[in-house]
Amino acid sequence: MGNKRIDEPTGTEFVGHEWDGIEELNTPLPRWWLWTFYATVIWAIGYVILYPAWPMVSQATEGYLGWTSRGQLAEEVSAAEAERAPLMRALAETPIEQLPEDAALMQQAVAGGRAAFQIHCVQCHGAGAAGYEGYPNLNDDDWLWGGNLTEIEQTLIHGIRHPGDSTTRTSLMPAFGRDGLLDTEQVHEVGDYILSFSGRADGTAAGAELYANNCAICHGSDGTGLRQFGAPNLADAIWLYGSDEAQVYAQISNPRHGVMPAWGERLDPATIKMLAAYVHSLGGGEDFVEVAEEPAAEVDEQS
Amino acid sequence: MNSPDPELHHSLLGTYQARKKVHPKRIDGPFRRFKWLIMAVTLAIYYGTPWIRWDRGEYAPDQAVLIDLAHRRFYMFNIEIWPHEFYFVAGLLIMAGIGLFLVTSMVGRAWCGYTCPQTVWTDLFQHVDRFVDGDRNKRMKLDAAPWTASKVARRLFKWTIYLVIAFWTGGAWIMYFADAPTLVREFWTLEAPYVAYATVFILTMTTFIFGGFMREQVCIYMCPWPRIQTAMMDEKSLTVTYKDWRGEPRGSVKKAEKNPGEFGDCIDCNQCVAVCPTGWDIRKGPDISCITCALCIDACDRVMKDVGRPRGLIDYVTLEDSEGEIKGQDHRPTWKKILRPRSVLYFLVWSGIGLGLLFALGTRSHLDIVGAADRNPPYMLMSDGRVRNNYTIKLRNMESRPREVRIALEGLEGASMWSETMSNDDAARAINVDLPPDATQTVRVYVMAPSGTDPQDFSLGAVSLDEGAESDAVELRFVTPEGN
Repeated sequence: MGNKRIDEPTGTEFVGHEWDGIEELNTPLPRWWLWTFYATVIWAIGYVILYPAWPMVSQATEGYLGWTSRGQLAEEVSAAEAERAPLMRALAETPIEQLPEDAALMQQAVAGGRAAFQIHCVQCHGAGAAGYEGYPNLNDDDWLWGGNLTEIEQTLIHGIRHPGDSTTRTSLMPAFGRDGLLDTEQVHEVGDYILSFSGRADGTAAGAELYANNCAICHGSDGTGLRQFGAPNLADAIWLYGSDEAQVYAQISNPRHGVMPAWGERLDPATIKMLAAYVHSLGGGEDFVEVAEEPAAEVDEQS
Repeated sequence: MNSPDPELHHSLLGTYQARKKVHPKRIDGPFRRFKWLIMAVTLAIYYGTPWIRWDRGEYAPDQAVLIDLAHRRFYMFNIEIWPHEFYFVAGLLIMAGIGLFLVTSMVGRAWCGYTCPQTVWTDLFQHVDRFVDGDRNKRMKLDAAPWTASKVARRLFKWTIYLVIAFWTGGAWIMYFADAPTLVREFWTLEAPYVAYATVFILTMTTFIFGGFMREQVCIYMCPWPRIQTAMMDEKSLTVTYKDWRGEPRGSVKKAEKNPGEFGDCIDCNQCVAVCPTGWDIRKGPDISCITCALCIDACDRVMKDVGRPRGLIDYVTLEDSEGEIKGQDHRPTWKKILRPRSVLYFLVWSGIGLGLLFALGTRSHLDIVGAADRNPPYMLMSDGRVRNNYTIKLRNMESRPREVRIALEGLEGASMWSETMSNDDAARAINVDLPPDATQTVRVYVMAPSGTDPQDFSLGAVSLDEGAESDAVELRFVTPEGN
């Protein structure tokens, strides 16, 4: 270190290394860079102590603060739930009949219902709630079990043909063809008669008689159905299982029956009310009938 | 650094010239007084504008100029701009740009010399220097003096004043973005949003550093505008000129008395350099450093008066007139200097954009309807064969008062509609919607058409039910199962 040689043009010391006449100059790192480097080292020590850092066999070291990304997520979720709590409480406390009176709450319920629908309902009813063959379209005005808020809520809570729920909505149409109640010819005749309600085929007198004997008790003599039994309207434009002759014959001969889970077992009452409000808001929702007491009582007797 | 010989080091590797600190001398004169006036007016506008009140009724803020970022509104006296009308702001910015061209073509770098915030605040801070440390010579002496206790005390006092001005400047800025009296109260009770404090801090520091320390370096090294202006100036642009044909060769009054006829008017007193806020020597000719503040004209005129020579050795002259003057011609008349094709063209473009904006402002509609059809499902078949389509309509009420609007179906024979807040028993060809003041209202409407309707286009027309009867319409598509 004694004999410092200085590079004349730059005034910098030589380190003393030389390769093929090229010598290395001693240009140390800038002081600020070095201090920044030391600062990051100190920061890293603190970080390793406070946060998960060293990978071990099954998991990393936990760190003094005990922070985990999962824990942070849980915290954020519970914060979001705490924010939603007043709304959920208000919904739980408000009977669904009174929901339309509180426009702001109704609006919140529809928005919440839209989100819940995308999680729980789209698998069968579709993202736009337009359904598929065998899965009802919830946008239209055709309701098998009733389309006002209480009726929709009832369907949501107890489901349709949900095994194990004594108050689930249940209807069972006999398999007229499969069980030999009607022969093929008769199935076709009654099918044509049914299609004649909506002008899709010409009915015969024989078909009319078969209908009156076998079908009218549930579907009504004019084919307009009966909600108490969940019997579809056969005189309208909406056909859950199709309006072709073949599809109608098949449904008479060996009817399919849809099943909807009883969501009351899985979802809290507030979420169910939100879903009911959303489905009602899709455009086909029905108003409460002014003299709502009597029909409601009848429904209770049925169930 | 490790270099044993800094000067050698500099000469070989140094890229930067060390800054020579500028200590401008006090001067009085017509241009200085004009600068005082401009400073007073611009600072008053900057600090005062947010405190002007403007009554807009109960539904809108009463601050005359307010950039309400939270609610996405821009208020300027009786003008209110929504985000979708941002082209008005763009137009104003274009006008500001062309305005700079216009000013430059008529009076050169007047923006730099008088109104640029960097110039105004630098000027203000230089007055603080003068107030605390005295004039040029005292300041230079103090600068060179060792750091004694009294110098430290003086510096701390001066920088405190800098900081107060800087804080005031940063603090005034945020007043444009919220209700000023409320924000002041929130600011001091620590209830203001975090971004307010951050903005004040950043702008305090930029003012403190740019105005207190960097000063003319901002103009010379950082600002693009002087470079653009170099390209904008021509032989007809007014600029501060040292008339070297009259001043050279320089010589003191005594020398000139001894040798009459051998010396020019410049007595080489250096006053023009001493007063220059950017430290430029105008006698070297025009330069990017010269912001044409004309303080050297004041200084030189005073000296010329003292030595009994005509004023205007340094003066506002165009290059063309300079050449004419050398040949002994008169200056072109002032109106000709200002009313030349270039400035007239700029003025026409500038005022054209301004008039266009005013026209657009005056005729714009304060009611707007847009809409989109629900895509999933595209249509709904009803049990009686009728077809329903759903639409999400957005109605924009740009008046700051509630309004009732009538939406009517145009086209689509036999159809009727209702909204989500109505019962479908009340479906009709036209429905009324209440709009909240100064807001966009989203309305879902259900349109029902008779069975057998073909897919077709139709319109939803909106008319406000007030004396203005403003209207707007949106074109929509009705989709049905009959082929679409």
